Amino acid sequence: MLKNQDIEITKELIASHGINDEEYAKILELIGREPTYTELGIFSAMWNEHCSYKSSKLWLKTLPTKGERVIHGPGENAGVVDIGDGQAVVFKMESHNHPSFIEPYQGAATGVGGILRDVFTMGARPIAAMNALRFGAPEHEKTRHLVSGVVEGVGGYGNSFGVPTVGGEVEFDARYNGNILVNAFAAGLLDTDKIFLCAAKGVGLPIVYLGAKTGRDGVGGATMASAEFGDDIDEKRPTVQVGDPFTEKCLLEACLELMATGAVIAIQDMGAAGLTCSAVEMGAQGNLGVELNLNDVPVREEHMTPYEMMLSESQERMLMVLDPNKEEEAQAVFKKWELDFAIVGKTTADLRFRCIHNGIEVANLPIKDLGDEAPEYDRPRSEYPAPPALGDIPADFDPTKALMTLIGNANGASRRWVWEQYDTLIQGNSVQLPGGDAGVVRVEGADGKKALAFSVDVTPRYCEANPREGGKQAVAECWRNLSAVGALPLASTDNLNFGNPEKPEIMEQFAQSILGIGDACRALDFPIVSGNVSLYNETNGIGILPTPAIGGVGLMADWSKMMTQSFKNEGDVILLVGKKGTHLGQSAFLRDCLDRIEGDAPTVDLEEEAKNGAFVRGLIDDELLTASHDLSDGGLAVALAEMAIAGDIGAKVGVATDLQNLFGEDQARYCITANSANIDSILARASEQSVSIAKLGTVGGETLQLGDAISLKVTDMRAANESWFPNYMAAEAAE
Amino acid sequence: MKSAVILFPGLNRDRDMLTALEKITGHKPHAIWHGDAELPKVDLVVIPGGFSYGDYLRAGAIAARSPALAAVKKHADAGGLTLGVCNGFQILTEAGLLPGALMRNRDLKFLCKTIHLKAENTTSAFTSEYANSPVVPCPIAHHDGNYTIDPDGLKDLQDNDRIAFRYCDQNGNTDLAANPNGSIDNIAGILNKRGNVLGMMPHPENLIEKAHGGIQGRMIFESLVKAVA
Repeated sequence: MLKNQDIEITKELIASHGINDEEYAKILELIGREPTYTELGIFSAMWNEHCSYKSSKLWLKTLPTKGERVIHGPGENAGVVDIGDGQAVVFKMESHNHPSFIEPYQGAATGVGGILRDVFTMGARPIAAMNALRFGAPEHEKTRHLVSGVVEGVGGYGNSFGVPTVGGEVEFDARYNGNILVNAFAAGLLDTDKIFLCAAKGVGLPIVYLGAKTGRDGVGGATMASAEFGDDIDEKRPTVQVGDPFTEKCLLEACLELMATGAVIAIQDMGAAGLTCSAVEMGAQGNLGVELNLNDVPVREEHMTPYEMMLSESQERMLMVLDPNKEEEAQAVFKKWELDFAIVGKTTADLRFRCIHNGIEVANLPIKDLGDEAPEYDRPRSEYPAPPALGDIPADFDPTKALMTLIGNANGASRRWVWEQYDTLIQGNSVQLPGGDAGVVRVEGADGKKALAFSVDVTPRYCEANPREGGKQAVAECWRNLSAVGALPLASTDNLNFGNPEKPEIMEQFAQSILGIGDACRALDFPIVSGNVSLYNETNGIGILPTPAIGGVGLMADWSKMMTQSFKNEGDVILLVGKKGTHLGQSAFLRDCLDRIEGDAPTVDLEEEAKNGAFVRGLIDDELLTASHDLSDGGLAVALAEMAIAGDIGAKVGVATDLQNLFGEDQARYCITANSANIDSILARASEQSVSIAKLGTVGGETLQLGDAISLKVTDMRAANESWFPNYMAAEAAE
Repeated sequence: MKSAVILFPGLNRDRDMLTALEKITGHKPHAIWHGDAELPKVDLVVIPGGFSYGDYLRAGAIAARSPALAAVKKHADAGGLTLGVCNGFQILTEAGLLPGALMRNRDLKFLCKTIHLKAENTTSAFTSEYANSPVVPCPIAHHDGNYTIDPDGLKDLQDNDRIAFRYCDQNGNTDLAANPNGSIDNIAGILNKRGNVLGMMPHPENLIEKAHGGIQGRMIFESLVKAVA
């Protein structure tokens, strides 16, 4: 018998749940009566933007998600990709933007915790993490505090949990002043015959709750993440969850032990919208009903209502369907790891989602409809405005000053201050650390040679100027970074951060970006296997730069052939793969040296991208190179400076020193070095494969010389590159 | 050499240590769960790094009071070789097997990087292999590695050759610039009076093969193998 807990379902209550009139009418039609308060909460949890993807689904469907190596694409907790030898890599990226702005340490920490849980829920041991962070302008009053808190939170969780952080991005732009972005990526390793999924199987089987107790934290978190911010954000602090990496580490070990016993039939982590989302997904995916007895849910606080239990986003919790014949073995594992465990319900044959509290039925809903009938919108779009035309470039701008600015400012300086707060070495398999083109981690259990490469990339200013090309470029740069270390790019995950989709211009930006991502993923054979959408990143009506971050995974047969970006030996020859630099529109040079944001984004020639990448990978595989680096922000000059700083050795480069060639951000380009004995064969290969290539100069000395335009000591460049971040953060203490 | 590694919930460099011991000694170490009050007969007991019990009270404080630690104490009191790395060092100080304490790093931040160590004592069972090359690179990864001790205790460590490792630069200078965490006298690792217990913050187990970029971390384990041979 349904009971409404004496809370009247008013128009205001419905609106405060983020449910509009049309959606409420659909609820009434689906269940044929007024929902109970708990049911209204369940609908709001399942139908908000964060969980239902109602604005984005239509466009996400256009992405390529299949491939020869793809075992599971989007729809599971994370994507699963075959890496040979009976092994697979499991990975996903997810945002925790809104909570991190409200409470940076816990917001970021629980973002890392959530993505790790997605990975080990599938039976994989996490082996690598990355993060893509975007903050407001350095001079904005909140920025330092947010950087400090987010970095500490990412480290605080990942370090304690015990996963190496091997890469990431940190950028500053005033457009993130009111909405920072915290995107966390995690990858894990499993055997392809031991993949665990969320679909429940079998009627009348016990549903087991494992992990931390349920508290009132995070109630309504997913609904919060589905709305714009106003000036009242401090009031939203209670919607942010608190992380406990210790419990998560115990949960990881317990889950992996439990899975090894054969007791786990289905498993789902409690992430956004907690118990509601996990229980509904388990049932709906398995074509079964679920009945929960809420009095059996382990709670942290007294007198929690069914509504609160169903919507709590307390962290470090799992839901499982267990084989009743193995209950004893399972209990021994829970006991060993001292984790809360309770049978909270059972699977049923009637496709209903029922919640019972104090003997009263507080929810009774059609379980399939909660997901399948969630609203889906083709939101109106308007024509996207062209960016302002590129004005004249002052040809006499001092290239030395430009280069020092680009390697020593907020967006170009070394991120060492950040990554030294992350444990990059734990597990003993990190063979390329942050600061390179991609992080590389050796794969255990194979022949000891196999490795995986990871990179996360996007250039938001390109996406704003030209969403379609920007979307392509995000994929291409990620793919290029993997190629630059010698890894074959396998598949990717996307974390799509945008503003308010109810604005037609933002919706068009979103749609075009996805189409661009799809173009590139198809052309580069780089399917999207998992992902996350974060919309409504606006404060007081000002939206963020469109930021579709792409996280990619590449495979290397032998890590000892891996390339790094540092110059290695005196006398090595420097070559440019790809064409001469020409494009200054939306470049870092234009933004940081001339304070202008103009012009179109660079176009991405996907055919050239694929060709040049294959060429570079081939050279690396045949051990013909000594260094390799992709060209991105700041173009050729910045790439050469980074290679010199990393190797602590200079170079003499004879190139055209027009600003376009030095700082142009044309795509599909790499800077490589090789022993002079190998140059002829490299050039011959390039001509066979129709790859544009040019000899630029030689490695050596203590200065980087670019024609007669730039002559900079490596030590001075390093000082500029390394000092910005620590100096900026130290100013906090002085304040 | 036969070894045992003590496991607490929340440790996370246990697998790194088990792997290193097996690779270097050729024997699979015993993995001992914290509730076990008995140890198998082994030459070396290791407490690895991580965040036992989340470091929630004080790093190492809860683990120091476990049944397994009582067994470790018995082993050490009988002269058995005992190594604590990172959280293991913190646990040994909390258990009273080593003097002093480990506080928050000077900069109040977690710090992971490769630094240099200077073996100051090259005669102990843990450090004999360093005699010919006392300055080596070694990774660190900790939040609470700032070693402190009272003046008398420090003098005792200094006078009795109980400072096993100091932080230094690549040329072996143990000055303030080479001190990553604020430790008193640049101390990175200390021995007990008898020389059979070593606690250190750096992670030699993460520098034992080509993939780690160096094998200098092996020296500590190779010294031990030699000592028990």
